[in-house]
Amino acid sequence: MHTLSVAELSKSLKNKEFSAVELTQHYLDRINRSDLNAFITVTDELALSQAREADAKLANGSGSVLTGIPFAQKDIFCTKGVKTSAGSKILDPFISPYDATLSHKLNIENMVMLGKTNMDEFAMGSSNENSFYGPVKNPWNKKMVPGGSSGGSAAAVAGRLSPFATGTDTGGSIRQPSSLCGITGIKPTYGRVSRYGMIAYASSLDQAGPMTQTAEDAALILNAIAGFDEKDSTSAPRDVPDYTKSLRDSIKSLKIGIPKEFFLEGLDSSVEKVITESMKEFEAMGAKLQEISLPNSTYAIPTYYIVAPCECSSNLSRLDGVRYGYRCKDPKDLNDLYLRSRSEGFGDEVKRRIMIGTYALSAGYYDAYYLKAQKVRHLISEDFKRAFKKVDIIMGPVSPTTAFELGAIKDPVSMYLADIYTLSANLAGLPGMSIPAGFSNNLPVGLQMIGNYWSEEVLLNAAHQFQTQTDWHSVLPENI
Amino acid sequence: MPPINFKLKPIGIQSYLRIFRGIIMAWETVIGLEIHSQLNTKSKIFSGASTEFGAKPNTQACAVDLGLPGVLPVLNKEAVHMALRFGLAVNAKINQHSIFERKNYFYPDLPKGYQISQFEIPIVGKGAIDISTKEGGTKMVGITRAHLEEDAGKSIHDLYEDYSAIDLNRAGTPLLEIVSEPDMRSAKEAVAYAKKIHALVQYIGICDGNMQEGSFRCDANVSIRKKDTEELGTRTELKNINSFKFLEKAINIEIERQQDILEDGGNVVQETRLYDAVKDETRSMRTKEEANDYKYFPDPDLLPVDIENELLTEIKNSLPELPTEKKNRFVSEFGLSDYDAENLTAQKSLADYYEAMLNDGADAKVSANWVMGELSASLNKNQIDIQDSPISAKELSELVKRINDDTISGKIAKGVFKDMWEGNGRVDDIIQNQGLKQMTDVGAIEGIIDGIIANNSEQVEQFKAGNTKLLGYFVGQVMKATQGKANPKQVNQILNEKLS
Repeated sequence: MHTLSVAELSKSLKNKEFSAVELTQHYLDRINRSDLNAFITVTDELALSQAREADAKLANGSGSVLTGIPFAQKDIFCTKGVKTSAGSKILDPFISPYDATLSHKLNIENMVMLGKTNMDEFAMGSSNENSFYGPVKNPWNKKMVPGGSSGGSAAAVAGRLSPFATGTDTGGSIRQPSSLCGITGIKPTYGRVSRYGMIAYASSLDQAGPMTQTAEDAALILNAIAGFDEKDSTSAPRDVPDYTKSLRDSIKSLKIGIPKEFFLEGLDSSVEKVITESMKEFEAMGAKLQEISLPNSTYAIPTYYIVAPCECSSNLSRLDGVRYGYRCKDPKDLNDLYLRSRSEGFGDEVKRRIMIGTYALSAGYYDAYYLKAQKVRHLISEDFKRAFKKVDIIMGPVSPTTAFELGAIKDPVSMYLADIYTLSANLAGLPGMSIPAGFSNNLPVGLQMIGNYWSEEVLLNAAHQFQTQTDWHSVLPENI
Repeated sequence: MPPINFKLKPIGIQSYLRIFRGIIMAWETVIGLEIHSQLNTKSKIFSGASTEFGAKPNTQACAVDLGLPGVLPVLNKEAVHMALRFGLAVNAKINQHSIFERKNYFYPDLPKGYQISQFEIPIVGKGAIDISTKEGGTKMVGITRAHLEEDAGKSIHDLYEDYSAIDLNRAGTPLLEIVSEPDMRSAKEAVAYAKKIHALVQYIGICDGNMQEGSFRCDANVSIRKKDTEELGTRTELKNINSFKFLEKAINIEIERQQDILEDGGNVVQETRLYDAVKDETRSMRTKEEANDYKYFPDPDLLPVDIENELLTEIKNSLPELPTEKKNRFVSEFGLSDYDAENLTAQKSLADYYEAMLNDGADAKVSANWVMGELSASLNKNQIDIQDSPISAKELSELVKRINDDTISGKIAKGVFKDMWEGNGRVDDIIQNQGLKQMTDVGAIEGIIDGIIANNSEQVEQFKAGNTKLLGYFVGQVMKATQGKANPKQVNQILNEKLS
């Protein structure tokens, strides 16, 4: 039953082919046998009790389409009574006393949380190697990274340790691991899903979304988690459409823009080949391709690496060893408490970004870095606005390469290049998606689709149509 | 008994200089104030927790106030409305688009490691307010800006021996920081300005003004410069001032300190100084070099605050009569002097009390004298707020009416007031029970006067010989004989008739 999609599981549960408890136990067994290190915390007991509740609802017919469906929750979402670490030593002792809005929304559907997935510390990383809990292995090749920061979530879905998982995407953290693990992932428009209770990395870029086997599943989950939340001022007071409704619409005459900047030096030729092939598939379905230009997208990396560190340097200040989380042993005085709790509690990449951000916000540097970056960010958005006057959707690679070997990239700046094609969508606040599009050396390659603001329906529709014509999303790693 | 050894301390040149400072060197003081006014919203500025003062430590701090991972601020609209009330009351430029920024620094009572405040674009821009000067005129003090921000929690260092305690009940309480221009030239002016703002925020109902509980806090920026120079001297910022009295004291001793330094050829260091009310001194807290770089940047968790014209109109229309308007009305409508009107309108509660008396039919001038005289003195002496006065406006108005209708004299009325204060009943009962009613029976008064004239023939002779000052003596005798109950006007009139 672990090869079934959410949509299929929903039908099976409804038809009483198996119970939610049986389904949950099956996944828990798979997790316990797995060596992927995809989970930081497995919530066996909680999951089984949630499954029992779900079974009761299913029995009396009061369940929803998602009732009883197990899922893996990225450890960045606060979950009441459950450790919420964000992959960091500094939050290793933190049991959240409250539920994130997203956690709450899945709870009221009577879904079953299997556990909390591994991730790069505070979502900073592209390989999941920055986790206090150790790296996650890619189910397609265990010597390879799963991508990051939602690496645990991607590996859990690809390894069928969970029917779907939640993720967050600040610079590509849903799309890049989805691409590297061969699953479907969508980062909605900024403001579509509440950020309340989602541990902040870079507040103006962070956005939560589902990581699934299919576009249809992504639509089902997005239906449940999207919407205005009065606890998040940046969430949009807009109605949420039923994302499953438009999945089957024809994409004939869909105008696809292909940004030439996404196919320059640095793109692996075998990845490029897969992307080009998938474009042909869309063309065959009646879509129209045209080359476009996003000239400022080449500045996405430097812009992102000012904006995100500035925000994170401030967001992570609350982790000071005073009220919760890790505190150093025997602090001499207040300064010592701050210094050692934070020095011992944060990993290298987090410290690096805190220092970059602190520097860039300092008096005398603010205008040259932060303000300049905001201006470029605006230009990047303007590029997209111009493009979306001509096209309905933009397509290109998610990542310049397929999954790379664990430990292969040691230089942080080289690692930053892994997100070169995904950062722009975050900087502009646009929805972006990764869908399985083929393989290169037996490793999955994802196709990225970027839509206009609030056009998740367009993305999901195009992705679903592609998945009706191709089988890439249902190819499984060995021994699953 | 050993002889007392008197030894006079020799007085040095510095002391002479200090004494004759005003003559030798003419300094001008420049003062600007930063006032933190706690807005009396029900809940905090970015969370739903209560703002009530005095609860058990950390019982009024929710997940947002504690700065838990993942929590987000949501702006309390009521706080915005209150800031707008203030802005409109001081005729300030309202920034209809303002933003919240993060002021980053580490301190244990600052849960998030940053304070959400306004920096580049505050909600209230330039405005002004008039203060009364000691010369009896008015002076306009500029208001640079007023911005919204959240308060921090409290650190308590003297509760435990080995560690400090933190109470986060106050964390997230809304503050309006009102920054003045450096327009004040003396401690007295600074106090007048602070009092004016203090009255205003209470008038418009945005702050309870309680200085003991820290609802209204003043920081003073003080510098001095040679008279007739344009350039400002190096300033120091005085903190920890929790009364108007201490504000005046702190500024004056800081002026002295700066004068000593400059006259000794030294330089004032730009720093923050803490006022110690017990020792009556200021001491250095941190210098400019030690000051934090707050790394302000727009808070990405909050949207800009955009104010519609309709809201501004609505708030403008909802403003009550402001102190200056009220003062002018008291002068024109009730014929009060500027001085009396200013005093009566200094506190809204005082003005309300006074007007309630007038609405009850009491005479305007006599009422003014009683409110500013006996009533204020008794309230001050017993440290009671006028809202809690044991004598209500209605009761005091009855007393004033009894004076005006000649039932009792002003002198007798003071005794009645005392009885009322002590809760011995209402005006008419006290007059009745103690037989204090004025004698108005002309025949009876004439009878007493005739007796006095008969018994004081010597004084009568002298009076008739031209010593008219003796009239007072006769009046005194009559009052003595009537236990003060004779109507002084009548007594004067009858005496004049009989003695001429």
